[in-house]
Amino acid sequence: MAYPGGQLSEEKVFKDPVHRYIHVRDKVIWDLIGTKEFQRLRRIKQLGTTYLTFHGAEHSRFNHSLGVYEIIRRIIDDVFVGREHWDHSERLLCLCAALLHDLGHGPFSHSFEKVFRLDHEDFTQAIILGDTEVNAVLRRVSDDFPKKVAEVIAKTYPNKLVVSLISSQIDADRMDYLLRDAYYTGVSYGNFDMERILRVMRPREDQVVIKRSGMHAVEDYIMSRYQMYWQVYFHPVTRSAEVILTKILHRAKRLYEEGYEFQTKPIHFYSFFTGTVELQDYLQLDEAVILFYFQQWQHERDAILSDLCRRFVNRHLFKYVEFNPTNEQMTKLIELTGLFKKAGIDPEYYLVVDSSSDLPYDFYRPGEEGERLPIYLLMPNGELRELSRESVLVDAISGKRRTDHKLYFPADFIYDFSTKRTTKKKIIEILEG
Amino acid sequence: MFTEHAKVMKALAAAGEIVGRKKLQKMIYIAKKLQFPFYEKFNFHFYGPYSEELTCRIEELCDLGFLHEMKEKKGGYFQYRYTLTEAGIQFLNHYDLDMPYLRECMQDMNEQNSRFLELVSTVLYFEHLPKEEVKEKVFLLKSKQRYTEEEVEQAYNYIEQLRAKVKNEVRA
Repeated sequence: MAYPGGQLSEEKVFKDPVHRYIHVRDKVIWDLIGTKEFQRLRRIKQLGTTYLTFHGAEHSRFNHSLGVYEIIRRIIDDVFVGREHWDHSERLLCLCAALLHDLGHGPFSHSFEKVFRLDHEDFTQAIILGDTEVNAVLRRVSDDFPKKVAEVIAKTYPNKLVVSLISSQIDADRMDYLLRDAYYTGVSYGNFDMERILRVMRPREDQVVIKRSGMHAVEDYIMSRYQMYWQVYFHPVTRSAEVILTKILHRAKRLYEEGYEFQTKPIHFYSFFTGTVELQDYLQLDEAVILFYFQQWQHERDAILSDLCRRFVNRHLFKYVEFNPTNEQMTKLIELTGLFKKAGIDPEYYLVVDSSSDLPYDFYRPGEEGERLPIYLLMPNGELRELSRESVLVDAISGKRRTDHKLYFPADFIYDFSTKRTTKKKIIEILEG
Repeated sequence: MFTEHAKVMKALAAAGEIVGRKKLQKMIYIAKKLQFPFYEKFNFHFYGPYSEELTCRIEELCDLGFLHEMKEKKGGYFQYRYTLTEAGIQFLNHYDLDMPYLRECMQDMNEQNSRFLELVSTVLYFEHLPKEEVKEKVFLLKSKQRYTEEEVEQAYNYIEQLRAKVKNEVRA
């Protein structure tokens, strides 16, 4: 065993603005943090393009991963230890899975996954199980340890309590990102009393439940999740940047397929364009690489690619109008598409609908029996009750559906009447109508 | 635009009425594994493969009035029924989606119960593993459902039937 005793001779701490300190005592955790695959997360922002709306949102997936680890460490070491249903031999597995749960995220991964049909969770698995420094560290614990960590993250590990700590409706991942994203964006509504929630968490055979006395702290968490969803994660300006980013990737791919001669050859993208991405290609990419290309492509001969890159780099984003695709609106959209073509503005890149289902975030819904596991309150008599059945507040916000669609377009192009004046006037009429 | 929404609607149009969100989730997942072009992202959850993206898309379609959702009480919980509305049928006319043989597969799946579809989708989720390991996963991860060896075999047979259905139809 390469980790005799498993403990560092002295505890290490990281200063952290959300949790104050992140404590590391296990050598395996310390070694994982030092691997190149984990260090790569420093170069990937937690909130992608959100920094273009909330300038403070420059925090990385590295910060968040350490935060999730710290929350799990506190739950296990301070709350669960010695309690019924908790198997303390799973401690190290939980800590490693918490630390590594986002390891496969790439730069602007939401857009990348959409355009290139990838899944960061597959890359998380590949990094943990493949020929990597992370795998070498995990194997020092035991030969089957990487597989167990991968299973916890994939939610296929047999001990469902362990899985639910990392991934459920009230897990360490969500608690950290809500608090951290609120802190870095500077908004006040993302805050809730995490310390209180941790104190009232109780292990059960298959999942973590919350003591009834802690319901108000959980209500706060649900409200914070709801507010962050609409105020931060789904902010229309962030979505505009995301739309442009997605279109840049589409355009670059299309040009590559058509044999276009790039002035700055997209060598880091070749395997993405051809659908032959290997783990090593994937690990080469970070935001610095992507932004280098965007910076360079501002000067490409292709007018669409250079314009979209200029928009992204200089934050010259698309404007939007609310759009509900009723049959009447769909007819207008078809008309708009024709008018955009007539005006010489390619609708494939400059007329884009973005919907709430395009986002990787959600808010709490109790759902249907067997759909997905809700939050359960542990009543004084030992019975479990789904949260929204006890909380009027949660019932009120989770019972109401709220979805959203926006139509994005380059206002500067449309309002430039130096060419195609009549067509553009007609476009404005429809957009403003 | 809205092509992914339209695909889900086409699946619902093919199936007729679908009773239960779990059933709907499993049907779309199985269809995706049969290579129908659904791009909703699925992860393994407590009750098998589940897509938050699909849940949100269904909510959007209900909000737009393209899907009718009927909530009914069943025992101690609620169950939802989904059907395409007249507006939904009109919306779908805007799209020329070529998804041959989707109808046959969706109708067939709709005749199965959600417990069986949960098993089928779980088997498909682990299909890259040898059969014995898949069985082990099913018995471990779905211990509460108490699936039998025979049921797992039935799930494998059913997957083959669906695949044959798609292949035969393709040849035809």
